[in-house]
This record gives sequence, C-alpha cells and structure tokens, in this order.
Amino acid sequence: MDAQVTPAPEVTAPVYVYELPVRLWHWTTALAITLLAVTGFLIGNPAWPLITGEPYNHYIMGDIRFIHFTSGYVLAIGMLVRIYWAFAGNAYAREIFMPHVWKREWRSSFFRTIRWYLLIERETAKEVGHNPLAQVAMFTMFVLGVLFQIVTGFALYGEGTGPGSWANIVFSSWVIPAFGSSQDVHTWHHLGMWYIIIFVMVHVYMAIREDIMSRQTIISTMINGWRFFKDNRP
Amino acid sequence: MTPAMPNIQTFYEMMRAQGTSRRSFLKFCSLTAAALGLEPLYASQIAYAMETKPRLPVLWMHGLECTCCSESFIRSGNPLSSDVILKMISLDYDDTLMAAAGEQAESILNEIPAKYPGEYILAVEGNPPLNEDGMYCIVGGQPFVDRLKAVAANAKAVIAWGACASWGCVQAARPNPTNAVPIDKVITDKPIIKVPGCPPIAEVMTGVISYILTFNQLPELDSRGRPVMFYGQRIHDKCYRRPHFDAGEFVQSWDDEGARAGYCLYKMGCKGPTTYNACSTIRWNGGVSFPIQAGHGCIGCSEDNFWDNGPFYKRLSYVGAGLGIEATADEIGLTGAAVAGAGVVVHAGLSAIKQHNRKKPEPPAAPKGDQS
Repeated sequence: MDAQVTPAPEVTAPVYVYELPVRLWHWTTALAITLLAVTGFLIGNPAWPLITGEPYNHYIMGDIRFIHFTSGYVLAIGMLVRIYWAFAGNAYAREIFMPHVWKREWRSSFFRTIRWYLLIERETAKEVGHNPLAQVAMFTMFVLGVLFQIVTGFALYGEGTGPGSWANIVFSSWVIPAFGSSQDVHTWHHLGMWYIIIFVMVHVYMAIREDIMSRQTIISTMINGWRFFKDNRP
Repeated sequence: MTPAMPNIQTFYEMMRAQGTSRRSFLKFCSLTAAALGLEPLYASQIAYAMETKPRLPVLWMHGLECTCCSESFIRSGNPLSSDVILKMISLDYDDTLMAAAGEQAESILNEIPAKYPGEYILAVEGNPPLNEDGMYCIVGGQPFVDRLKAVAANAKAVIAWGACASWGCVQAARPNPTNAVPIDKVITDKPIIKVPGCPPIAEVMTGVISYILTFNQLPELDSRGRPVMFYGQRIHDKCYRRPHFDAGEFVQSWDDEGARAGYCLYKMGCKGPTTYNACSTIRWNGGVSFPIQAGHGCIGCSEDNFWDNGPFYKRLSYVGAGLGIEATADEIGLTGAAVAGAGVVVHAGLSAIKQHNRKKPEPPAAPKGDQS
C-alpha cells in the first residue's frame, strides 16, 4: 500500500443492511426470548420455597404464566412481521430464511468461513450480510427453533384456553396427537428452549468475536443498520 | 334399528317385569340425564328411548389387560352397572362377567354378529399383541387379534375401554416386546369411541353406553376419538387445588406443611395439567374422592404413553428412557449449554491469541502517519 496522492477511500463504502423493521424486530425478539426462557424455566420448575397463606393473597404462578404467554404472542407476531419483511424488505432480509446452498460460490464461501472459524484462514471475506455459515445457523437454529417453539407453545396454550379457542383449533387439535400426549409436547417444548438458549450463546459470542476480528462492523449494524468495513482490500 | 330385533325386550319392559314402578323408572331417567350433563328436558327423551328401543346387544372382549376396567365398571353408582348390564343393554358376551363358559359361551361370538349384523356394539378391554402372529394373547384357542377382527367386522361401533384399548398402556410401553397395539391399529373401518383411563371412571363408562342407547348415535368425539363431554378438559382445569397452582403455593415434599394444607401437587409430579379426564368433576367411587383429593398427584393414566412419560413424582419427564438414559429435558439442555459454553470459552481464547498474533507484524509494514 503505497501512499498515493489520489484520495483513496479509507474503507469500502458502507452498506445499509438492516432496515428499521428488522432492527426493531431483532431487539424485541431478543427481549421476548429472554423473558420466555426465564418464565418458561420457572413454569417447568417453580424453584421457590413453600409459600403459605390463602391462595387469593398470591398470584405468582399466574403472573409468570401471563408474562410467558404475552411474550409468546410478541415473539409469534414478531415472527409473522419478520416473514412478511422477508418479502417486502431488501435482499439481506431474506438471508436467514433461505441460505443459497445450491450456489457454488455460496458453498466455497461456506467452507472458507468454516476454516476461518477453525482459525485456519488468516482473514475472513468481507460479508455484507450474514456469512454463509451464519445463514445456516440462523435458519436451522433460530428460524426452525423459534417456529417449533411457537407451534408447540401455542398448542400448549390452547389446552388452557380450551376447545373452541383459536389456539386450540389451529394448534392443539393436531400438535398434541402428533406428539402422542400433552406431556410429550411439554417435554419437547422444554428441549426446544434449550436449543434456543444454545443458539443465543453462540450467536452473542459470534457477534462479539466477529465485531472484533472480522473486517466489518457487526453489533453496531444491528443498532444503526449500516455495515461499515474496516479496510480497503477486496 | 328397531324392526331388526323383535325378540329383544325393551329396557322398560324388562324393568316392569322385574317389579320396578314407573315412578322409579322416570327417576332413573332423570338421574341418567343429569349424569350425562344434559338438560332436564332430555329425561323424557331417555324415557322414550328406554320404552321403545330394544336393548342394545353388546359383546365385551378382553385382550391383554388387567380387568381394572371391568372392576371399575361394576362399581358404577349412577346409572348402576347392574341396571346397565341387566336392563339397558343385552350383554351377550363378557368372559369375566358371564356365568357360561366353554364352547357354548364362545359360540355366542359367532352367533350375535350373524344375527344382528351392524346392530351390536363391540366393547374391547385390553389390546392385541401382534408379534409372533398374535400368539402372546390366546383366547379360546385363537389369537385375540383374529377374534377381535372377526367380531369387529359387523359391529355398529366399537368402544375402546381403558388405556390399553385406546393407547396401548403398560404392555405397549417401551420396549413393548409383544408389539401390543391400541385397537384402532387393527380395526380401521369402524367408528371407535376411546374411553381411556387405567381404569376409566365407572360413571363415564356407563354414561357412554347410556348415551349411545338413548340417542342411537355416538357421543361427540374429539380429534383423538374421546367423548368430549368427559374428556374435553384437563383434570387441572377443574381441579379444586387450582387456586394454589395460580398462587404458586406448591407442595415441596411429602408431609410438609403444604401437603397437609392441600396445596398444589405440581412439583410432586402431578400430571393433572397434561391429562384429559373427568376425575376432578365426576370423581371416583360415587363421587367420594379422586387421587389429588387423596393427596397424591395424578399419574396421567388416561393419556397416551403415560408409562413412558414418568417418573410419576417429577414434573419433567425422563427423555430417552428407551436408550437407557434417564435424563430430564433440563439435564439434557444444561449439558448441551455447558458444552456450547465450554466451546465458546475455548474458541474465544484461541481467537484472542490469533488476534494478538495477527496484529503484531502489522506496524513495521505500515508507513508512518497512515494507519489502515
């Protein structure tokens, strides 16, 4: 890199990647998942010690379940909006729903990313959207995981709201028989929570790591929408 | 079905012949209407049905089972099972209840379907094992599965008594060595009413029969084939301890203060929240009590797979009992999270080293004044 007189740009021009609805959805979903995991864990295992007195003096389990169901609605409606935005938004809004596995260059980039994560590659490629490995993880762990939780979750919710309620008709009526029994659905819904918790752990770690080590911004992009590149090389 | 069976007495004729007054008969009809959860107006419909319809021929077969369904059935308080067996229906075959035995008794299974094709009800207690051509359950010298198929062929409808006939129950639990299957796996062309439970509640059993006789049709069934009137809600939904659940007042261990005060048994593994049955409303033994009222959690006996969804005393089921691994979803999840967490920590450490090494050679290459 010789110092030229011509004013070469410091970095590649930034790209507007995450539009406002995507960013709002991301942080709303993050909050909903946090609340869902905490309350869901407590519903499965109400860990507090013995509470005594007349039941009308307390409503702990009721409140926890209310937060869980409300957050579940937020997650589900958010997911619907996000799926709509995959059609209405820019090209980056579609990535997590449909990794382009059939494209040769996508696959070579996929393996390059794996080598990068295995600390073999010295440098990663510049990625405007998600890198191919992130797309696959987003699809299999986040999209499928959350959809699974929404379907099983509303099936369980519909059991409480009873026959005739929308959740019972749309979900409980076929999900419960498909799994065998209500208890089976509970068990799978619980495992689904851990699947998403593991996703969140890896997701947060990778976002921080790539923010430091990759050639583009990651965390700030989900706040202001713009992808900035740190260097000028191709 | 009326003209087909001139030889069979009506319920009313039978009752009068036995010396029951009309007043008692009408009383019985109103009580039955109440037990079925019907409007008072239906009492007259029931009376009409009893007066005019011939008794319903019922064949009651037993496969792999423990007879707890029969034991429950004979304890029905309202309607009395004796009324049902002796008056409402014509129980032509039931190898545990009937006095006859041997060739004569067994020949009924051929006679009734031939005499009343499409008119009789087949009630099945227990289920057929399919391995070794059904040799694990031989009744009257024949594999039960063959007899079941033969008798079901001309039935009007089939009642699946109990968890065995409905879902498979204990003999179908892992590893299910005899390949016992619920009856809807072998009877596929007949309407099947599932009346699950281990055993089902006596009044639910007699109620289902009363309903079929009264209205000459099957009760409304849910998506799994159970009568909605008895299996439409979970035990949890009508449990008298439910306020303690919402309050978060849980029994922590047997015999603690909460257990004595009658708090919710959720943390002790009560399966009430996942079990569809009428125990918390109809209760047992003539409405005396039911398991939760007696201080023990529900074990979910009317649910599919309940043997494999244990343990009975834990809220979360063990996963993968078939593989010999007994772990709850939490244990599996925590292990997964721990592995992922350890992976993250190791990877972060290695990444930090790489980042550190990568930065080192850069300063000499860059000319002064320009950091890129």
